[in-house]
Amino acid sequence: MIQIHCPYCGETLPELEFAYAGEAHIDRPESPSAQTDEEWAEFLFMRQNVKGPHFERWRHVHGCGRFFNAVRNTITDRFYTTYKAGEPRPDLATLLEEDNK
Amino acid sequence: MSKHISSLAPSVVVDTAAARVAVSQMIGRISLRARTNENGGDLAAVGKAIGVALPTQIGGRAKADGIEVACLGPDEWTLLVSLEQIEKVEDALAALYPSLPHSMTEVTGREVTLTIEGPQAAELLSIGAPRDISSIKVGQARRMLFDGATVVLWRDSETSFRMDVWNSFASFLATTLETGAKELAAELA
Ligand SMILES: [Zn+2]
Repeated sequence: MIQIHCPYCGETLPELEFAYAGEAHIDRPESPSAQTDEEWAEFLFMRQNVKGPHFERWRHVHGCGRFFNAVRNTITDRFYTTYKAGEPRPDLATLLEEDNK
Repeated sequence: MSKHISSLAPSVVVDTAAARVAVSQMIGRISLRARTNENGGDLAAVGKAIGVALPTQIGGRAKADGIEVACLGPDEWTLLVSLEQIEKVEDALAALYPSLPHSMTEVTGREVTLTIEGPQAAELLSIGAPRDISSIKVGQARRMLFDGATVVLWRDSETSFRMDVWNSFASFLATTLETGAKELAAELA
């Protein structure tokens, strides 16, 4: 079973306690009514569908309840890191370099 | 106060050499969501108002004046109080609302508590919990998964636990624990 580190609980716990919640770092437009239909559709539906390291949201649903962000390899399911919601996107090159050590 | 609609009545579910599982008496329950805000509202005020300081570490517990608190999330607590105290605690929290906006909901009727005790209590819990029970230390509590349902588990000693369960899952989880306790006892025999 995959083990996921919850940045709020500070514990590494079984995947079963967590729920996947889609791609991370997608900002809701500040004024939705100013958006064209195409722009709004882009925000709602269009995702990168990454093959490899992916920035994504998870929720510790059967635990502290919080959403947080993770970088996971969609091929190997390896988690490079997890971090609290609102924290900046970590540098991918640095993460991969650290992971190779 | 919300009355319980359908929950297990206080009783012994199973009592074996491995573990004893029982349904506890009804107790007052309050769910609290709050956080220190930019306008000077301080979480510490909650502790002063209700007489027990809120633990801020997830899984941390505190107890005083008949009120028992567990920290479930970064801004979430569950409070166990006697039925007579519910109103007093609610009033104390409500008085804080202007300076510390928060969400307080009485959920007495939502849950029932199972006690799980005995030499193999921790092992019994491991049949339904994906997480390692030994990672929950004596004197801590956690919200976690047990046999498909979200529960709050309080560890009172190495061999005694309390499990807060939503009513709709209670009889199902009690059956899981009953089966497990009997199987563990059969292995001992
Ligand atoms: Zn968590």
